[in-house]
Amino acid sequence: MSPLFRQTPGKVWGLVFGFFLFIICFVGSIVLGTTKIPVMMAVESFIQYDPSSNDHVIIQTTRLPRALFAALIGSNLAIAGALMQALTRNPLASPSIFGINAGAVFLVVLALTFLPISSLNQLVWIAFLGAGFAAFAVYFLGSLGRDGLTPVKVVLAGSAMTALFTSFTQGMLVIDEARLQSVLFWLAGSIAGKTADGLLPVLPYMIVAGVAALVLAQPVNILASGEEVAKGLGQRTTFVKLAVAVTVILLAGSSVAVAGSIGFVGLVIPHVARILVGTDYRWVIPYSAILGAILLLVADTVARFVVMPGELPIGVMTGMIGGPFFIYMARKGLRSKGVSA
Amino acid sequence: MSRLITIRSKTGFFSFLVQKRAVLVLAVLFVFTLALFLFSMALGNNGLSFADVWTTLIGQGTEANALVIGTLRLPRVIVAVLVGAALSVSGAILQGLIRNPLASPDMIGITNGAALAAVTFITYFAGTVSIQWLPAAAFVGAGLISIVIYLLAWSKGVTSTRLVLIGIGISATASSLTMLMIILSPMSSASQAFTWLTGSIYGASWDNVYALLPWMIIFLPAAMIYARNVNVQELGDEMAQGLGASVQLHRGLLLLVCVALAGSAVAVAGAIGFIGLIAPHIARKLVGPSFDTLLPVAALIGSLMLMAADMVARTAFQPMDIPAGVFTAGVGAPFFIYLLYRNRNK
Repeated sequence: MSPLFRQTPGKVWGLVFGFFLFIICFVGSIVLGTTKIPVMMAVESFIQYDPSSNDHVIIQTTRLPRALFAALIGSNLAIAGALMQALTRNPLASPSIFGINAGAVFLVVLALTFLPISSLNQLVWIAFLGAGFAAFAVYFLGSLGRDGLTPVKVVLAGSAMTALFTSFTQGMLVIDEARLQSVLFWLAGSIAGKTADGLLPVLPYMIVAGVAALVLAQPVNILASGEEVAKGLGQRTTFVKLAVAVTVILLAGSSVAVAGSIGFVGLVIPHVARILVGTDYRWVIPYSAILGAILLLVADTVARFVVMPGELPIGVMTGMIGGPFFIYMARKGLRSKGVSA
Repeated sequence: MSRLITIRSKTGFFSFLVQKRAVLVLAVLFVFTLALFLFSMALGNNGLSFADVWTTLIGQGTEANALVIGTLRLPRVIVAVLVGAALSVSGAILQGLIRNPLASPDMIGITNGAALAAVTFITYFAGTVSIQWLPAAAFVGAGLISIVIYLLAWSKGVTSTRLVLIGIGISATASSLTMLMIILSPMSSASQAFTWLTGSIYGASWDNVYALLPWMIIFLPAAMIYARNVNVQELGDEMAQGLGASVQLHRGLLLLVCVALAGSAVAVAGAIGFIGLIAPHIARKLVGPSFDTLLPVAALIGSLMLMAADMVARTAFQPMDIPAGVFTAGVGAPFFIYLLYRNRNK
């Protein structure tokens, strides 16, 4: 299928348009909610902040951090998904399918239960560790055998690891019932009630990994044409693969550390991006970043209205969007990739 | 010496061959099950001697022992036996149907469907409708989700790979909906629902046994009798059709049995994972792939496994009671990985 935008100017304009859409969603996420706030008021809170105004306080302490979270995590997960799909040449690869989310969640809960950990800084590293372990385990298991990394094997290995991690996580939470309530919402993937402080520890990793993803785009393009080809063109494929893997782990791990397991963004968005701009990862990655941010902003805003006055964890929202998409992919996508489905 | 025993009525009304090895395996497993049954009864917070267990079981024990065994341990162990058997038979049939050694009810989303229905039931109807109906709700959930999976996987027939992939997609959707239900529900039932979700037979009572029993009495024998069709199914669609089996009809009926067994087991014990995956494999190692003998052996192994898991779960970390599902997953997931490794070139 040929992409929607074929020429470079079209892709640039698409990106600009996407950015505008992103701004609109961002503003929408700030002004919509249980208390509706006029847009002008929001702008005013940035220009001259008035601590005595209720609306200003809501915007600056609650809405703004939350919107930032949604945007950053959305783009992180989407980029991670795009890189993984390129690396494994597998249309179903994404952080949640690979068990990366479950691995990070497991190790974080384990650490919270048995170690005296309070700072988010430490938790982030623990999440990286869990994410890395799960990713390598699934990659290794999925690539066993003569035909290498097939989509079906990866999905199976991923769901086995997910089942293992999830049941251990649940076991620990059942033992420690007091912690259950506090962790449950996080577990389901949530960005509610986040303050800007929560973002600071992970921000450096997110930025580094985001930049790394853009730098890696060209090598990934070459790698995506096949390992032999890449080697023939003089690429040190092992190094590139490792760099991509570390980037993915940083992106997914930091997202899980702050927001819990938000699934399927990494699966869905890269496909949408490829429909728009084709398979050139120099375009797919920025598009994924913007589209991922838009998806999570919208999902998060909608999540506030579904069960008023409470709200849904955003992971539930993305699961409800992503599950059907996965099924659609399994029906349509695999057939064209030559997988006997 | 022949490896088979022939049993035939004088008129030739029925006639079949029995593998000696299978009979032996069944007998040994049965003894093991019985031993573990008694052992589970004796072991616990308040240890009893086997003599005590025996006298209590035949109705002549002390009142305290009768309480411990009659109302606490006995129903729990019986539930473990029934649920283990149901899960492993359902897994065995599924593996035969899908011709994929990695299939099991928890893998392709049947368990998640049942869990979704049951959590919905707990959240919305727990106060008003008798808990007796929980298995029915779970069965309906498992059934509906299987129909959805089957329809979505259908495109000129159902292939096993597509069934597995669609199942994984469906189970992701279902588990996010389940999470939604848990979060929507009032807090007391949230923790109840969560414990249940991990797979636990903690606090199983006679009510649970009575709720489970009718399903087991109907569907376990049905599975054993109908199982011979799986043998044909395992040969592949073309071959089965060539042998005169109506493949899609048999597949539908067998799926129904699977769903009934898995659904009712999940309703009582929650999402206990991996028994449906492992037990059939062990059974196949013991008696070979023919389904006539495979199913009873798998059923016994499933019972043994869940009884053992639950026994460890309730005694290892006293006074805490850990969901048995944690242990079955702890053993099961590595086994699954081993299977992936073994089947790496298929």
